Amino acid sequence: MYAFEIDRPNTLADAVKALGAEEAQALGGGQTLIPALKQRLASPARLVALSGVAEIKGICTGDDGALCIGGGTTHADVAAGAGAYPALAALAANIGDPAVRNRGTIGGSLANNDPSACYPAAVLGSGATVVTTNRQIAADDFFEGMFTTTLEDGEIITEVRFPVPEAASYQKFEQPASRFALVGVFVARFADGVRVAVTGASEEGVFRWSEAEAALSKDFAPAALEGLSLSGDGMISDLHGSGDYRAHLVAVMTRRAVAAAG
Amino acid sequence: MPKDGGIGASTKRREDVRFLTGNGHYTDDINLRGQAYVHFLRSDVAHGRLNKVDTSAAEAMPGVLRVFTGADFAEIGGLPCGWLVTDRFGQPMQEPKHPVLAHGKVRHVGDPIAAIVAETREQARDAAEAIVLDIEELPAVVDMKAALAEGATKVHDDLTSNLCYDWGFVEENKGAVDEAFQKAAHVTTLELVNNRLIANPMEPRVAVGDYNRSTGDHTLYTTSQNPHVIRLLMGAFVLGIPEHKLRVVAPDVGGGFGSKIYHYAEEAFCTFAAKALNRPVKWTSSRSEAFMSDAHGRDHVTKIELALDAENNFTAIRTETHANMGAYLSTFAPSIPTWLHGTLMAGNYKTPLIYVNVKAVFTNTVPVDAYRGAGRPEATFQIERVIDKAARELGVDPIALRRQNFITEFPYATPVAVEYDTGDYHATMDKLEEIADLKGFAARRKESEAKGRLRGLGVNCYIEACGIAPSNLVGQLGARAGLYESATVRVNATGGITVMTGSHSHGQGHETSFAQVISEMIGIDADQVEIVHGDTANSPMGMGTYGSRSLAVGGSAMVRATEKIINKARKIAAHLMEAAEGDIELKDGRFSVAGTDKSVAWGDVTLAAYVPHNYPLADLEPGLEETAFYDPSNFTYPSGAYACEVEVDPETGRVTIERFSAADDFGNIVNPMIVTGQVHGGIAQGVGQALLEGCAYDENGQLLTGSFMDYAMPRADDLPFLAVDHSCQTPCTHNPLGVKGCGEAGAIGSPPAVVNAVVDALRSAGRDITHIDMPLTPARVWAAMQG
Repeated sequence: MYAFEIDRPNTLADAVKALGAEEAQALGGGQTLIPALKQRLASPARLVALSGVAEIKGICTGDDGALCIGGGTTHADVAAGAGAYPALAALAANIGDPAVRNRGTIGGSLANNDPSACYPAAVLGSGATVVTTNRQIAADDFFEGMFTTTLEDGEIITEVRFPVPEAASYQKFEQPASRFALVGVFVARFADGVRVAVTGASEEGVFRWSEAEAALSKDFAPAALEGLSLSGDGMISDLHGSGDYRAHLVAVMTRRAVAAAG
Repeated sequence: MPKDGGIGASTKRREDVRFLTGNGHYTDDINLRGQAYVHFLRSDVAHGRLNKVDTSAAEAMPGVLRVFTGADFAEIGGLPCGWLVTDRFGQPMQEPKHPVLAHGKVRHVGDPIAAIVAETREQARDAAEAIVLDIEELPAVVDMKAALAEGATKVHDDLTSNLCYDWGFVEENKGAVDEAFQKAAHVTTLELVNNRLIANPMEPRVAVGDYNRSTGDHTLYTTSQNPHVIRLLMGAFVLGIPEHKLRVVAPDVGGGFGSKIYHYAEEAFCTFAAKALNRPVKWTSSRSEAFMSDAHGRDHVTKIELALDAENNFTAIRTETHANMGAYLSTFAPSIPTWLHGTLMAGNYKTPLIYVNVKAVFTNTVPVDAYRGAGRPEATFQIERVIDKAARELGVDPIALRRQNFITEFPYATPVAVEYDTGDYHATMDKLEEIADLKGFAARRKESEAKGRLRGLGVNCYIEACGIAPSNLVGQLGARAGLYESATVRVNATGGITVMTGSHSHGQGHETSFAQVISEMIGIDADQVEIVHGDTANSPMGMGTYGSRSLAVGGSAMVRATEKIINKARKIAAHLMEAAEGDIELKDGRFSVAGTDKSVAWGDVTLAAYVPHNYPLADLEPGLEETAFYDPSNFTYPSGAYACEVEVDPETGRVTIERFSAADDFGNIVNPMIVTGQVHGGIAQGVGQALLEGCAYDENGQLLTGSFMDYAMPRADDLPFLAVDHSCQTPCTHNPLGVKGCGEAGAIGSPPAVVNAVVDALRSAGRDITHIDMPLTPARVWAAMQG
């Protein structure tokens, strides 16, 4: 780890101000950034810890019925507090291990946009809205490929608004070593259609499987997916599985998610 | 019923109190006054010519005391290899130099290039980044067969090729073996890989070097399984420090699994630098460094052939193995694919003719050496996989085929130079069939099928050679050390006992089980006995702990020393009771005169030994302390039968272990609870090898599995309840305790059971699959199912 300065603001306004400093970097739960710092793979001059900002923590229900989760809310708190959206609570409960869940935050995970992280699938699969210190960003506009989002420098995720679907399920097939998603599929059925979001598989990060969405919107049953498949081209191919294997798993996990969502 | 704390009692491990309450004292807990820290700058290329290492900017960095490079060690010995293998043609193996810091070339990712000693760790690390390297990258030698091809780049320029040795065993049998294959009614052939593993003990390696300028004494605190061996190797072969000026301490050690047997460069460096700088120098490995600097294990590529006659009797085995040595020879590396592997190729079977060929190869990878089981898992895996394949080809039951070929008469001299003293392979197989409920398998398979899962059953046997080892035998085989063990038993005046053993405990529970043996022999409470280990200053020269040798060899030394103690105590007791020595009996901590009510307590005798007022001083020295060195006359041969039931998800290829059963014969058992725990741990590591763990390099020699994000370790939820039984006991005939050793069995016996089970599951769905290489990851199983 290189030496760095650290700010510990207690309000969002102070956090935004602190992030205005040169080479400042926001620190959420630190589950990605801290290991990177320890390996000397990142060298920010100044960290702005968001863990003391109470106003971006917590879970509530909005007037429109959406489940609103503060950007600084830990996975453990989502697992325990998102009972109104059981598939989301279950997803949070299966991220990493207890240490990760007690420190890692939803805002940190989304800002990082790891191509194998779970939350991006939930956000995209739910058609959620990412609220930041500057604006509201629709999930379809938020993710811009592996480790890349539409967030600008100094912009903090304050809240994520999840419309609650009629039925949903997240099915994760774990990479054996890291237990990140080798492939994770989030399926959500709304009154106006079905969304299917896939994480872990594509070199472009989380994506929607539109053919499956169309088929499931007509008939929300595993059988509706028969004959649908994805190409292995453009899928991640590594030690843990080829692109073809990942493409195959997307279909399997989608079927299972539909079955589990009922 | 065993008595409390005696042999056979499941006494709780006394050491766990300190381990579980955070009071263990590990090497990293040692911090000396004035201590400086070293950081090693390691190569990030697999192979390259080291044209220049410019340390000038680094030397000027804050807090830097000195930067060392290979040039500083050019006049100093390299790391020695402890075993010389002679090849098929009677020639010694090719033995490259192994410098403390790379000199001239770097040969694997992680090879240390420079050592920066500074006031703090971070300062040393900062300075490492200021070192300017000029490395001319060379093609990396990664694949073993390519390494042996004509014109291949050489890992060591001064050797004739990348071949360390081409070993044949038993070379004289080769013609007869070939002939047996020509006459065979059936031949089964299998090509397989025994995957490279990284030991990953919970505690990474640490070394603290200290030097006392006024006395000239060196001390090294290190994470070692065998401090005396480190003292000898480092003192005599690297740094030229005589043993009486060098103390090596290995305090609590958090697991080794073989990886902490060897003498490593970092230990020599810290000892050297402490004197050069007149400051204690400490190194603590990061986990990332451990992945690229701890010796790796396994990494064999093998073709095995099994010949059978028309009645399905095994008539011959022939193998060809390529064994990866890595870039340098680690301390015991040459012995693993040869003497710890070839000699076990008979397995549990009366195959009359065996020929084993092993080509050991240098590559631009981390050195490979012993890892839990060391050679024996590789032997067992081949034998038990090829037998399963043969059974399938012949359409016979795999258990029946094994039983038909079991060795049943003991002692049994194998055609690969070892003699099994005892065993009862039918008994362990009978026990396995019972505890694994093999009769119920068909019903369980139906239940799995109803859930859409494929269920498979894998059964295998294993035998291993433990209690390493008879010194005169291993000397003939090329060992450059003896493999006896030592113990000093010091009886204190008030009767308590301190045992200083040359064995080393790094998780095995010696402090508990060794005390149980003394308690049983003398009849005093086990808590009157303290086991001390891990410090060359207080225990006699011993060879340490590996190869499931501690109780069989170290325990035997302790028994011999204790027998001397009892003999002397008996004389003292006879004197105290004015009786003939021959009439003295020892029972429950009291000496009595046979046929009378006269007796004296153990404490009376020990006190008399140290306060010899009423004592036969003319005939007997005062005091009660004895040392014994025990050299075994043979290896011990634990054996057993294992069964694994898996479910395979046919859609994803994911394998889950549903049942696992182990029936072992470890001979006599001192602490059944500790033995069960050892088997549990061994099975976890064997399952890890079979399903999860696989060290991988890319074609440029970059380590792809350099962290736990990519190197999959087994976790509790990867394992089911383990049914472990060790009630089949054929005691070892040649050591005083009749024990055989249990530390490695689980890791040896389990991989073939898992793979046999997965192949069985896939074949139950009509897939014509005969083998999948480990680790059987979901991706590999799925790919195999795609044909």
